[in-house]
Order: sequence, then C-alpha cells, then structure tokens
Amino acid sequence: MRAERSVRRHLAVTMVAAVAAGLLVLVQAELLAGVLSGRFTSAALAGLAAVVGLRAALAWGQGVFAGRTATGVKSALRHRLLGRLRDLGPARLAAHRSGELVTLAGRGLDGLDNYLTGYLPAIAVAAVVPVAVLVRLFAADLASAVIVLVTLPLIPVFGALVGMTTKAVTERQYLALSRLGGHFLDVVRGLPTLRAFGRARYQASVIQQVADAHRNATMRTLRVAFLSSLVLELCASLSLALVAVPVGLRLLGGSLDLTTALLVLLLAPEAYLPLRAMGTRFHASMEGVAAADAAFAVLEGSGPDPVRPRADVPSTDAGAPEIRLEGVTVRYPGREGAALENVSLVIRPRERVALVGESGGGKSTLLHLILGFIRPSEGRVLIDGVDLRELDLGSWRARLAFVAQRPHLFATSVADNIRLGAPDASLEEVRRAAAAAHAVFVDGLPEGYDTVVGERGANLSAGQRQRIALARAFCRSDASVLLLDEPTARLDGRSEAAVVAGTAALARDRTAVIVAHRPAMIDLADRVVRLHDGHIVSDTTRRPTASAVEQDAPGRGDIGEREELDRGDAGLGVGEQDAPDRDGSEQGSPGRGGSEQGSAGRDGSEQGSPGRDGSEQAGRETAGSGVAGEPVGGARRQGQVAVVRGERGQR
Amino acid sequence: MRLVWAVLAGAAADLAGLGLIAAAAWLITRAAEQPPLAALSVAIVATRAFATSKGVFRYAERLTGHDVALRAQAGTRERLYQALIPPQRPRHGGADLLSRMVDDTEAVQDLLVRCLLPAVAAALAGLAAVVIGLTLLPVAALVLVAGLVLAGVLLPAGTAAAARRWSARIAPARAVLAGRVADLVHGSADLAAYGADDAALAKAQAADEALAALERRQARVHAAALAGGTLVQGLTVAAVVLLAQGAGVSTVGTAVLALTALVSFEPVLPLAAAGERLAGIMAAIGRIREVRRAAPAITEPARPAPRPTTPLTIEIDDLVVRHPEASVTLEGAPAAASVRPEGLGGQGAAARPSARDAAAAAGVQDAGHATAVARVGGDAAGVPDVGVGDAAGGGRAALDGVSLRLTPGKRVAIVGPSGAGKSTLLAALMRLVEPESGSIRVNGVELRELAGDDARALMTGLTQDPYIFRTSLRDNLRLAGPEADDEALRQAVRDARLDDWVQRTGWDTELGEDGTTVSGGQLQRLALARALLYDPPVLLLDEPAEALDEDTADRLMSDLLDVTRDRTTLLVTHRLKGLETVDEIVVLDEGRVVQRGRHDELVAVPGYYRDLWESEVLTRR
Repeated sequence: MRAERSVRRHLAVTMVAAVAAGLLVLVQAELLAGVLSGRFTSAALAGLAAVVGLRAALAWGQGVFAGRTATGVKSALRHRLLGRLRDLGPARLAAHRSGELVTLAGRGLDGLDNYLTGYLPAIAVAAVVPVAVLVRLFAADLASAVIVLVTLPLIPVFGALVGMTTKAVTERQYLALSRLGGHFLDVVRGLPTLRAFGRARYQASVIQQVADAHRNATMRTLRVAFLSSLVLELCASLSLALVAVPVGLRLLGGSLDLTTALLVLLLAPEAYLPLRAMGTRFHASMEGVAAADAAFAVLEGSGPDPVRPRADVPSTDAGAPEIRLEGVTVRYPGREGAALENVSLVIRPRERVALVGESGGGKSTLLHLILGFIRPSEGRVLIDGVDLRELDLGSWRARLAFVAQRPHLFATSVADNIRLGAPDASLEEVRRAAAAAHAVFVDGLPEGYDTVVGERGANLSAGQRQRIALARAFCRSDASVLLLDEPTARLDGRSEAAVVAGTAALARDRTAVIVAHRPAMIDLADRVVRLHDGHIVSDTTRRPTASAVEQDAPGRGDIGEREELDRGDAGLGVGEQDAPDRDGSEQGSPGRGGSEQGSAGRDGSEQGSPGRDGSEQAGRETAGSGVAGEPVGGARRQGQVAVVRGERGQR
Repeated sequence: MRLVWAVLAGAAADLAGLGLIAAAAWLITRAAEQPPLAALSVAIVATRAFATSKGVFRYAERLTGHDVALRAQAGTRERLYQALIPPQRPRHGGADLLSRMVDDTEAVQDLLVRCLLPAVAAALAGLAAVVIGLTLLPVAALVLVAGLVLAGVLLPAGTAAAARRWSARIAPARAVLAGRVADLVHGSADLAAYGADDAALAKAQAADEALAALERRQARVHAAALAGGTLVQGLTVAAVVLLAQGAGVSTVGTAVLALTALVSFEPVLPLAAAGERLAGIMAAIGRIREVRRAAPAITEPARPAPRPTTPLTIEIDDLVVRHPEASVTLEGAPAAASVRPEGLGGQGAAARPSARDAAAAAGVQDAGHATAVARVGGDAAGVPDVGVGDAAGGGRAALDGVSLRLTPGKRVAIVGPSGAGKSTLLAALMRLVEPESGSIRVNGVELRELAGDDARALMTGLTQDPYIFRTSLRDNLRLAGPEADDEALRQAVRDARLDDWVQRTGWDTELGEDGTTVSGGQLQRLALARALLYDPPVLLLDEPAEALDEDTADRLMSDLLDVTRDRTTLLVTHRLKGLETVDEIVVLDEGRVVQRGRHDELVAVPGYYRDLWESEVLTRR
C-alpha cells in the first residue's frame, strides 16, 4: 500500500533525525570541551552555535515527521478497522461491544502516538548513540571508557530486574488505581438511587475511606515500584562520579589533559541518557501497544466466510419473491441453545406475515436471515428457489426495504436520511416518501428537509425517528420485499397510528415480514407466525373478513365492529387496495389449511415439530403451480383488516 | 505540608544533579591546575555525595509527590461528590458526562505530579544555577536568567496557548470522526440493508483524513517547542562561555559556569511538554468547578419543618412543573455541548482506554467547550421521559395543574403516554424538582418546608433508572435497609419475585458494573426489592414491570398489587392489567389530568384509557 510505504519513509526520517541529533551531541561536547580547556579559540563558539542550530533543526524535523508517522499509521489502521467494521456486518458486529469499537477507532488508536513518536525513535537513539559515545571515549581515555562500558549495561539489566520483580506489584497498583476510580464512578452514577434511599451523605464518608485505604495500598506498592527509577538514577549518577573522580586524580598526576577530561565529563552522561529515555518511553507507550493489539484482534477475528455468489445464477426479477426457509437453524457463537432451530417457513409473494412472540424467541433473527446479515448454521434460505448464499447480497438487498427496531438516523439532513437507500432520489421523491410515511412533521422542522438530525436522531422523538425510517423504506419505491422489526415498539398512541398507517400503504403489493407486538400492526398481516424459543409454535392465516377477526379472538366482538367503523373514518385506503379481478369465492381455496394447522397449533397440539409441518404444508401449496398460491394471497389481501387502532387515540 | 516536602525533594534532586556537574567540572578543571590533593578532597566528596543523593531525592520526590496527588484527588472527589448530593437539574450527556467528570478529577493529580512539582523544582534549580553564576560573573548570570525564562516560562506558555487553540480545532474534527464511526457501528443494519455502507465508509475515511491533517499541523507546535528548547539551551551556554572568556574568568570558573548553565536547563526543558498538557488539565479543572458551582435544582428550607409522622395524607394541588430549557428541541438545533472524553485525546489521565460507549460521542472540550457545539447524545439508554417528546417545546410545562389526594392506604395508578409528566410527578414528590406553582402538602405541611432528605424518607421507592452498584447482592439490597436482618432481605426478595435468581446467584456475588451481569428484568426486580425493603410511608413505583417479559410482568404486577394492599402507593405504569384493584387511576397527557376514576369507570367511556386497555387485551390473545 502506498500509504503504508510513505508511513515507513516518515518513520525512517524521524529515526534518522533523532539519531543524527544524538550524534551531534558528541560534536557539541567536543567543541565545548575544546573551548573550555582553551584548546580552541572563542571562534569555535560559532561552530558550537552552528551545531546547536543544526540540532534544533533536526529536532524540528524529528517532531514534524514523527507527527506524520503517527497520523499515517493511525489513519492506515483506522481505515482497515473501519473497512473491517463494514465487512463484519450487523450480526457479527453485535458480538463486539459496540462502544468499545467506537472508542478503539478514535481515542484508542491515539494511544499509539507515544509509541510511534516517542518509543521508536528512542530505540534508534539508544541503539546508536551509546555505542558512538563509547567509541569516542575509548579513543580519548581508555580507563573512563572501561568504567562506562562496565556500568552501562547495569541500566538495562537493573531496569529489567527491577521491572520483573515489581511487575506484579506495579500491575496491582494500576488495578488499585482503576478500582479507586471505578468505585467513585459507581457511586456517582448511582447517586439518584442513593438519594432515593437517604444514603447519599453516608456514602461521602465511604468515598473518603475507600480513597484512604486505596492510597495506603497504592503507596505501599509505589515504594517498591519506584525502586526501579531509584536504581537507574543511582546507576547513572554514580557512574558519572566514578568517571569524574579518577579523571580528576589522573589530571592531578598529569597523565591526562584537560580537554580529554572535560570531554569525558561531558560525554559520559550522554551514554546513559538514551537508555533511560527509552525506559521511560517504554512505559508511556504501553497503552498504545494495548490499543494496537485490540485493533489487530478485531482485524484478525474470524473473518466473514466469503461465499462467492454463483455467476450462473440468473439475477432474479424484481417482482415480489417467494422466501423459503428450509430447516434453518441459527446458533450465535458463545450462546447456548439455538436462536432458531429447524425452522421451515414459506412466505409467498405479496404475502404479509406478522412474526409474533416473546422477545428472544427468534423473530429478529429470522429477519436478519432474510436480510443476509447472518447465515444459517444448518438449513437454507431460498429466494425464488435460489439459495441466498449464492445470490449477490448487494443486489438482493437492493430489492429490500428494511425498518429496524431502533433505526439509526445519521447525523446529516433529514432528506439524506430518507434517501439512504436511493441516493439519487430527488427532493420531490423524498417528500412523497415522507408523506407516505406520515412524516408530515418534517415540514415543521426549522429547516425542513435540510434540518440536520442530531446524533442518533436525538433531537427527534422516537415516533418521528421511526417515521423517517419508514420514509426511507418508501423512498425505495422499487423494493419488492418489506422487512419491519417492531416498528411501533416504544411509540405512544398517536405516533403508532401514523406508523401503522404508513406501514399499511407500504406493504401494498409487496412481500412483507413484520415483527410485531401491538395489535394494530398485527392486524395488517394476512398471516401470523408465532415464534417461541426458536421454534414456530403457531402459524395462523387470518380470515379475510371482520367476522373472522371475531372468531380468531373470541370476546372481542365489539372491537371488531369498531374496527369496521374506523376503517371508514381513517380513510387510509388500505381496504380498497384489493385486487379487483378476484372475488370472494376464491377465499376458501387451499391456503385455508394454514389456518387449521395454526389453530391446532394454538391449542397446544403442535408439540411435535411444527416447523416441519409448516414446510410440508407450504410445499403442498406451492408445488402445483404459482397460480395455486396466488389467488390465496390476493384473497387475503382483499380481506385485509385495515384498522389502525392507534388512530382512535387521535380522536 | 506534604506538598512542600515533595517540592523540596524534587528541587533537591535537581539541585543534586546540578551540584554533581558543577562539582565535577570544578574538580576536573581545578585538578588540571595541579593543586595539592587536599584542595580537591572537598570536590571529590561533594561529587560522590551529589551522585548518591540525587537518586535518593528523586525517589523521595516521586513518593511524596504521588502521595500528595492521591490525597488531592481524593479531596477533589469528595468535594465534587458533596456538591452532587443535592438534586441536580438533568444535564446533557447523562452517564457519559459523569464518566467524564470522574476522569476530570484525575486531572488534579496530573496538575500536581506533571506540572506543578516539576515547575517549582525546575525554578529552584534554575535559581541555584543563577546564584552560582552571580558569584562568578553577574553578566553571565543575566544571560542565563534570560535563557531559562525563555525556555521555562515563555516556551511552556506558548505551547499551552497553542494546545488550547489546536484542541479547539481538533475536538470538533474528532467528534465528527467519532460520529461517523458510530454511524458505521450503530447504523450497521440500516447501512447494509440499504447498500449504503460504502458511502458511509468513505465519509468516515474522509473524517479521518481531516483529523489527520489537523493533527499533522498540531505536531509542528510540538516540534517547534522541541527545537526552540534545544536552541535556547545551546545558545545560552555558548553566550555564557563567550562572556566568561571575554571577561577573563579563569578556566575553572568558565567550566563551572558553562556546565552549570548546560545542566540547569535539564529540568526546565520538559516544561514545554507540561505546558501542552496544562491546557487540558485546566479545562478539566474548569469543568469540575462549573459542576460544583451549579445551583441545585431545589432550594432547601433554611429552617426545615419537623418530619410529619405517619399516617400520611398527601395533597397535590394544581401542581405546575416546568423544566428549565434543558429539553432538547429542534429550535436552535445544536442546542448544547455535550462534553465527551473524545476531546482530550491522548492527554493525561483521560487517555486511558475505557469501556465507555463513545457512541453518543459528540465531543467538545477544553477552551472551546462552551462555544463549539456538538450534537446531543444519549437518548437510547433511557433518558427520562421528562420533557423529551414531539411537542417538547421550550416552555411547555411538564406538569400543568395536576391535583391528587393520597390518603393513608390509598393506591393510585398514573398512566399516560410517554412524556405525559408521570415521572415528573414522582420527581416533584421526591423533591427532586422545584414546582413552579401549586402545592404539595404532607399532613398539611408544605413539602418545600421539609428538608429534601426528610421528604424522600417519606416518599420514595422504585425510581426511574435504578442503579446496581458494583458490590455484593446483599449490599445492593441493604442500601435500602442497613439494619435489615436476613429474614427481611429474603422477604423483600420474595415479594419482588427475585428469590429464584438470588438462589442461583448467591447473596455475596459481586454484581457487575452497571449491573452488566444483571438482566434488565432482574435489575428492575432488584430495585423493587429495595423499595419494598425500605418500606416508606408512601411507596412510589415508577414502571415496576418495565423490561420484563409478559409472564413475569403479569406475575410481578399481581404480586405487587397484593403486597401493596393497604399501603399508600403511587404507581406509574403502562400495563393496565390488575388495575381494577387500585383505588384511583389518573390518566396524564401533556402534563394535564385528562381522565381519572376507577378501572371500570374508565373502561366504560371512550378515551385514552379504554384505547390502551383494548390494545392490551388484544396483545394478550
């Protein structure tokens, strides 16, 4: 990669500048010693100034290129990380703690700064400069050079020794510190609860006690941990004394000249300095290394198994497809039990299926299967008879309109949020989509469709967010499959009514799979599939007339009537949307079997393997011809109960 | 006092370093003049003494410094906590802001250990070098002073200013990147389903480019400081030597002057980096100060009335509560700066990786944090329904003339759509918000005449957002009853239908941060157990069955209605099943009472209650 090559070049420049600056210190010492001893004239001070200037220039270059290296490396890692996030897809992404991923891609990688700008150059300097100093010392004065040579390794050796013995202690210390912070955070977060039970003031003394206890423990460990710096400091300064005193004595004896003596005095500390600097940088850079490890863990985690779409698969036409699940089992890694177990289900073209059941029953998993977010562990998902894993996911998803349970609104204009799935949509189309989704409130926003939505849509209410997401689906006018995940959860009556009305219009002429809890939404469906613990426990085809609703739910007669009334009032037009060329006489056709089976299921006799039953049944229905299923679907649509219960909330 | 010791130890370490070089330089140059050995003995001893003491002083400095810093931090935290005890107005950013605040308290430690102590020690060492210079050649001392001031005062001041300016520019870029990344992560399903992930990825990468460009330019500041320090040090030494030689100072004097000057910069040069850090630290300290200065949401009475004795009659009369402009509206869309850890990137304590969700990341920080603006995050996790909603206009009252009478033993249920003011009503009873008008009287005593703690001792229970502490299950419960015996604990747990789980989990298991090892339903029931254990004269229950699955919720509600029989109870709920047994049901909408009566009365007439009841019946088919 070109970016990575340039990063390498920048890193090389950084390190060369650091080493060169380190070597110039030798020249500086040489000149200073010469001037001070009187061997060089004062004119040499100009040379000294020049060397200093050069060092400053190198320091500047080192800083600038270190900055480039750091941003380059972070950008490269971030690009790969972000690409990886995209490739992981929603299902596998859910396995990660999402907040940690965001932090990692942002602040986490910033931890690398210390490693790249501090530690790496320090290593280069530590590898070169002490050797150069030693060489110069050997040339100048053997005795001093030997002293430095002998004491120099003490620094890394002692550093490592002390480091090793205090490692556990140091780790405990950091743990203690983070626990201390953790406790405080815990108490502050829980303050409303403490307040509610009159314990807030009492906790103040606890905070003090905990802090004191932790400080005492921490100081005990620090006494040991800081020994390492004591040893290093002593090594360096004692070595200097060890060099200086004999040199002074030998000067006294006349066996050494002043220039050399001063040079030795100036150079000796420079031999130790790089090693100590490296040690310091090492500790500061550990955080960045941890961040890099975390990033690589994400990058190298179990990759998406790339199943190439079969080239010879004809791209299915854009009409509403049949979706068929054959003995599908889904297991999530690290979770006991299957999310879906041996589920078979046929969703016919233009059929509207409501998925109901307790949370955790597998409803969303089923949607995600159809979306291709997850692949079945066993079994197959067939789209018009073609295995989903052989289809090109991109072009399959292009036929879908999906509204998630908690749709994500992006921090951009409302219009751009709506045209997410159709980037070329004109503003007029966006407006139409919004109107269809009953998102009329957009016109009332300060800047209308150009209003920027806050982070995660925070300046919109839940109902408004949901309607924008619905408009998103509308904006994909050519989508043939509608997938909705509890679109009215957490909405109050008014919002629910608007969303249900929008959904009803959207589901027209499309295959729709709707995860639903609320009756108004369930009422939109031709067929209700109940999931429990990963199994289909009932599969009810709803009667197309209002009287059927009564039978379906005994004791709700009065409500059924009210529904009839409301249909007229609401004027949603859903009731009139039936296919005109089919009359009611076809309503009794083969599809009714589903209803019987479903009722049986609800009676509790489905304990065998309902999934299998369902698939056989569906198989029978569609085996004959496409015609057999079609009228049924149409008839059902005709009988569509177009009631929006929440509508009454508006009164 | 400890601080003085730490400063002294640090200064002593720096001085020892200075003395070591000065003594060695004197020793060597004097030796070259071949004096009698006795003349050198002091210097030899001094050299060795300085060499030994330097390390010891440094060690002492680091120990005392950390001790002081830890104490200062503990003090800051305690003061911050004390300031937070009175009920606060809801703040933007919620939990994230809290975490940030806790991080901020660590800035105090940084201020001491990384800025203050080194600065003082460097100043003392510099002073000593100047004094040595003065005794040898006053002019050289002046040059040295100039150099030290340049490197130790002006340069750090410059880096601090630059850091402030740059972080004001970088923080928004960082926030944009965080937002884009959050889009990729949290909007993953939407992006994939609509085939928009490539575009989103490109946007995130563009945000990264923008940030990287800014960071590259910021690196120049750091580089310039580095270069400037080197330059000042070298040139000062050269100038000192030039002056000394020009003034005819002896070789010994010149060498001592030169080396002292050289070494005196060593503690001074790192101050430039400290200056860079200082900008972030001061911003953190400013934020803490702001929090501590924030006026509490309610004013405590100067002379609280005595706590009324049970049985209690609560009379709420024409109560109006208006939330201050905290609610997020589209008017003036980017309403407030939500401060996030993002901002401090890489600086000091805040750079520690954290498990916190940066998702709602909208970060602005440092100097610019009041003006620079980011979006407001943190809805999803359950911002109170207080004032957030379709119509949450700036001035709308959260409660608009609500009256209610709770006589001993009476049970009242409050229902209504989200944002109707249900939780606000409970907050007013718990004296967490100040009513605008109207009154709440307890046995005839105005609630605002009571101390807040007394009010909450009378009326409390299961509040919104109950919190599970990172401690044992037992301690989590006993918080609501420090003197409760095991039997009382068990009874509370049974009443909250939590006994199975407790049996499985064990009483002494430590529960995770944020109750992560606790599911939503368990958390809710644990909070309920707390409320039942506390057994206040008036029991407030805010959505006790929230986050429970249908069956458990049904059982819990029916048990709850059993347990609370003949207890004065105010129940906020969205589940109507079982409400036949309560004495009064109040339907709130947009802060007003729209319906009230018993279950059968309300079901008999058209309205919100009947609609809700019917749809609940339908769901239970």
